[in-house]
Amino acid sequence: MTARTAPREAHSAPTTSPEHGVAVRTSALRRVFGERAVLDGVDLTVHSGEFVVLLGASGSGKSTLLKILSGFDRRVEGDISVAKRRAVVFQEPRLLPWARVLANVTVGLRDKDARARGITALAEVGLAGRERSRPLTLSGGEAQRVALARALVREPDLVMLDEPFGALDALTRVKMHGLLRELCERHRPAVLLVTHDVDEAILLADRVLVLSGGRFHLDQPVDLPSPRSRTGIEFGRLRTRLLHELGVNEQLTRYEPLGATDTTTGTPPAR
Amino acid sequence: MTAAAAHTIADASFRPSETAVGVPLEVEDPTDGRRTTGRRFVVPGWVRRLAGPVLLLALWWAVTGFHVVDSRSLTGPGSVFRAAHEMWGSGELPRDLGASLSRVGWGLAIGVAVGLALAVVSGFFRLGEDLLDSSMNILRTVPVVALTPLIIVWMGIGEPAKIFLIATGTAFPIYMNTFAAIRGVDNKLVEAGKAFGLGRLGLIRRVIVPGAVPGFLVGLRWSWGVAWLLLIFAEQVNASSGIGYLMTQAQSWNRTDIIIMGVVLYGLLGLLGDVVVRLLEGTLLSWRRGFVGT
Repeated sequence: MTARTAPREAHSAPTTSPEHGVAVRTSALRRVFGERAVLDGVDLTVHSGEFVVLLGASGSGKSTLLKILSGFDRRVEGDISVAKRRAVVFQEPRLLPWARVLANVTVGLRDKDARARGITALAEVGLAGRERSRPLTLSGGEAQRVALARALVREPDLVMLDEPFGALDALTRVKMHGLLRELCERHRPAVLLVTHDVDEAILLADRVLVLSGGRFHLDQPVDLPSPRSRTGIEFGRLRTRLLHELGVNEQLTRYEPLGATDTTTGTPPAR
Repeated sequence: MTAAAAHTIADASFRPSETAVGVPLEVEDPTDGRRTTGRRFVVPGWVRRLAGPVLLLALWWAVTGFHVVDSRSLTGPGSVFRAAHEMWGSGELPRDLGASLSRVGWGLAIGVAVGLALAVVSGFFRLGEDLLDSSMNILRTVPVVALTPLIIVWMGIGEPAKIFLIATGTAFPIYMNTFAAIRGVDNKLVEAGKAFGLGRLGLIRRVIVPGAVPGFLVGLRWSWGVAWLLLIFAEQVNASSGIGYLMTQAQSWNRTDIIIMGVVLYGLLGLLGDVVVRLLEGTLLSWRRGFVGT
């Protein structure tokens, strides 16, 4: 584990932020793997109540950034301050299979009313009455909703989500987007969600940051009316913009089959 | 049902269907004609598990009943049962059985506790592994029975020596299996546990130990066997009670029936251990949905 071998400089671990209304602040954050600097000069500020989506291709270091902010990776340079009350939702639900749903939600809580709060949180994610279910009997979407409840029950100032819907089917994902949006509007934590799904970013975010080459290349406010949908000119414009920033030209990949750019014949090759 | 399915297969292989472009495709019924209907009769598990012992008993009965072997070498189930009944009535059997059970019980309890504690220490803490694991692996290969003379020198020939022998022998299987199982616990769960505020003790109690239960139970099965094995050694060296003592005595009186009763008792106690572990698996591992065999 990295925590064991990490040099213990004073600035290496996330510390409590006394700053008002700022859930995350990093400056000149740098993380090197071998020779390669995966994160190289990341400056990030997330205000409380703000929904920020980190968009990046695979390998761009977005999950590494979340790991650092959660305190799992301490071999890092730069200044970091993160809200002390924070919770994580991973890509996989990571529920303890031997513990029942409610025990999974309240894991690590020592307050007397943890049980009651767990039941409330489960009801909020639409799983009322499933307190005594075993995690292995849940569907993927249900398990991820338990993971959401587990984050929510801690009443966090900051919620970090690492591609939380990546393993879900498209229909479940749509429902989860709605649920997450609703929960965030009700509880107003600062949210930092990592994804590679451009549509997801636009549907959920107040602000989209595109990570490439180890730093943020775009800081794009998303000012669409709620409820958001994938239709509309503004959505399409943003989508193209973000895809472009990620190095994907949607027009090309969508309409022209491979090899069709051969201009000498003018006809696409026969299939 | 089966006949119908077979018919379909025959149809498929003799009259291949054709695709639009005329390439014949070979098709088959994926159930292979062996479909499971809802009301298939299934022999209950416990009946099937009992079949083996019952068969053994029948064989024993047959071999002795038809005088295939001399009754002084192997007595039949009837006379063994009579001997058991007689000795139960005289109070000899309850006393010796109780003595044996108490030795195994204490030895196993101490051995399991020690093995489990050591496994948690060296499974959870890297330093613990460095300090403990290699020593445990060296000691593991020493035959515990070889320690008997040393144990007698240390502790005499009383009950503590017997319990110590059993505890030593049973700690190792528990340690080995639990340690391996702890290291097999998904690191992602440990990470999640930390993220949600579990401290070291919380991690051990809520994540590490429950995750290692399957391996621990394998170790427990194994230890149960080792415990009885070591009990026989302990009771045949220098004892004045216990099943092993009873059997040694019976040998000098030439009472084959009592010797065989001892063997049967050991077997039954082994079966008891199996039942206990199965019950533990049923309650502790009810969350699992693994492969259960075909």
